[in-house]
Amino acid sequence: MAISLTPAAANRVEKFLANRGKGIGLRLGVKTTGCSGMAYTLEFVDDLNPEDMAFDSHGVKVIVDPKSLAYIDGTELDFTKEGLNEGFKFNNPNVKDECGCGESFTV
Amino acid sequence: MALLQISEPGQSTAPHQHKLAVGIDLGTTNSLVATVRSGLSSVLVDDDGHALLPSVVRYLPDGSIDVGYSAQAAQSQDPTNTIISAKRFMGRGLKDIDVSQQPYHFIDSNEMVQIETRAGIKSPVEISAEILKTLKTRAEKSLSGELVGVVITVPAYFDDAQRQATKDAARLAGLNVLRLLNEPTAAAVAYGLNNASEGTYVIYDLGGGTFDISILKLAKGVFEVLATNGDSALGGDDFDRRVFCWILEQSKCKPVNAQDTRLLLTKAREAKEWLTDHATAQITSVLSTGELVNITLSTKQFNELTQTLVTKTLTPTKKALRDANLTIDDIKGVVMVGGATRMPQIRLAVADFFKQTPLTNLDPDKVVALGAAIQANTLAGNKSESDLLLLDVIPLSLGLETMGGLVEKVIPRNSTLPIARAQEFTTFKDGQTAMSIHVLQGERELVMDCRSLARFELRGIPPMVAGAARIRVTFTVDADGLLSVSARETTSNIEANIVVKPSYGLSEEQILTMLKSSFSEAENDKNARLLAEAKVDAESLLAAINMALEQDGSLLNAKEKQKIISQMDALQANIHGGVGDAIRKATEVLNAATEDFAAKRMDASVSRALAGKNLNSLEI
Repeated sequence: MAISLTPAAANRVEKFLANRGKGIGLRLGVKTTGCSGMAYTLEFVDDLNPEDMAFDSHGVKVIVDPKSLAYIDGTELDFTKEGLNEGFKFNNPNVKDECGCGESFTV
Repeated sequence: MALLQISEPGQSTAPHQHKLAVGIDLGTTNSLVATVRSGLSSVLVDDDGHALLPSVVRYLPDGSIDVGYSAQAAQSQDPTNTIISAKRFMGRGLKDIDVSQQPYHFIDSNEMVQIETRAGIKSPVEISAEILKTLKTRAEKSLSGELVGVVITVPAYFDDAQRQATKDAARLAGLNVLRLLNEPTAAAVAYGLNNASEGTYVIYDLGGGTFDISILKLAKGVFEVLATNGDSALGGDDFDRRVFCWILEQSKCKPVNAQDTRLLLTKAREAKEWLTDHATAQITSVLSTGELVNITLSTKQFNELTQTLVTKTLTPTKKALRDANLTIDDIKGVVMVGGATRMPQIRLAVADFFKQTPLTNLDPDKVVALGAAIQANTLAGNKSESDLLLLDVIPLSLGLETMGGLVEKVIPRNSTLPIARAQEFTTFKDGQTAMSIHVLQGERELVMDCRSLARFELRGIPPMVAGAARIRVTFTVDADGLLSVSARETTSNIEANIVVKPSYGLSEEQILTMLKSSFSEAENDKNARLLAEAKVDAESLLAAINMALEQDGSLLNAKEKQKIISQMDALQANIHGGVGDAIRKATEVLNAATEDFAAKRMDASVSRALAGKNLNSLEI
């Protein structure tokens, strides 16, 4: 299994990285907070940790730590617009239940 | 499913705790709102895809309020209830406004002018709040959440009343103002971050109603304001007015009513905008009187009509350069801000003046909002501490009064904000239990030449000999330029403090005058400081000797005592004479004259200490 980006997401990430002027890729992760147990994190990456796993998707380096990978393996990250809002969306096959807004989830 | 944005490493927020912040350019003609998403600053658009929100508020007969394009469209039919350019009236009294140029029914009240509309009497603050509310709604829809704060930009020339009015409007709109930011600084943030260039830059900002020229030095992420100047009543609106007058002249119309004035002003603005990319503009309109206006305006005619306005921008530009002690050769780039800088003749005039092509790679309408958004994002805490930009500087040094009417600078001018500095002071007299702290602003050496900001007293200092108390005075200036001063006696921990607003209330001109006088008066100030210091030294010596004579005068014979007293009188006379060197000399003489006395006192105090004691009981 792996983590992947949709072309739209990859396109955006490339643009944001170029605008930022530094950074080697995008880090996806989970942390154990939120109303349903787990929450997604999405960050720029400047430094790699030794245990990090890296995937390549449409030319973007996607970095995940092994602990997070257990919860989000198989996830496809998309970039969408909803009305005036726009942003990234996790399509995570491991999710059993999520809170009303979808910002946190349980597996 | 919530949509996520990319955070800086380690800055991911907990769910439902996104720190949403926006930057708002509350302009005279148009307003914008921008935010930083995934590290990129972008302007937020409305449902129709418009980035600009015309700063026009209309009070409708049914009690509803229209803001933006629909209000702008109704300007000519309903001029007295459709308020444009309300920013010009912010914090202004009736006497500041050229009423003959405005279609509104003005009412003078509480120092700020008010406008009578069908919805009642409205202040410029309420009108601006409507614009801000509209932008707030747009932002919250776009970001799917509540805003934690906003950065609103204001012209560099806004005074205290105008800044306060802007803050009041934001509060009325339910916005939390993280900071007011000067428009040119915001533009510099937008360009400085995106291009990461170092050097001295000029920000030429010709908006709808205000012209600002700023000279900023960018170095290592710190923006230093070298000089600012401008004209708070010059902008794109004035170009429209020139064309409007020309239309009346050409079409030989009689004086027109308020409705036709709005109509023709709109036509004039459209013609101006059209001429940016075209050689001629057709102006066609039917007035309420049935008269037909149909004339052609060429670029050449337009340039001639508005030439004096273009030239008018160059005078403050020259002044700013002169104030910063720079020539055009020192300027690395010129940033164009404001929709009016789209006019080719402006770009040409600026290029010609600075002998270089101005920078226009960011949309001149958006650049201020984009910079404000970047600043809002940083202030809301979405960036790591090391990325925090130090933007504003203290325009004049801050200090406090010390003995002899001297100013001790605690925070030097051009220090970047926020800043905290502490300095230790001590008591001047034996047994002194209170200390008056006089906070001052300015570059001069003497209290009387600086501006007094505040006074407060630290009381309850335990009685000690002069110089033994340790009073730590801390000056803190926060990101808004708000100064707080605290004083603490460190041995007893008693404390007193005060909060003052330093930069407000001082106009740019006053600041410049104060700066200039510190240069021209440098020599006088140095002498004044030397004299004051000599006096302080002399007086403290006199006080010490007086005390000693009182306590141990018996150690001296009449002749010795007389000698000292006559030297003291001589010094006293010299203090009154006011010649620094003479005072210093007399101080030295008196010092020498009392050496024997000092030695005698020492012996006496040692023998007092040892009296009646056995040698073995002394721990030597």
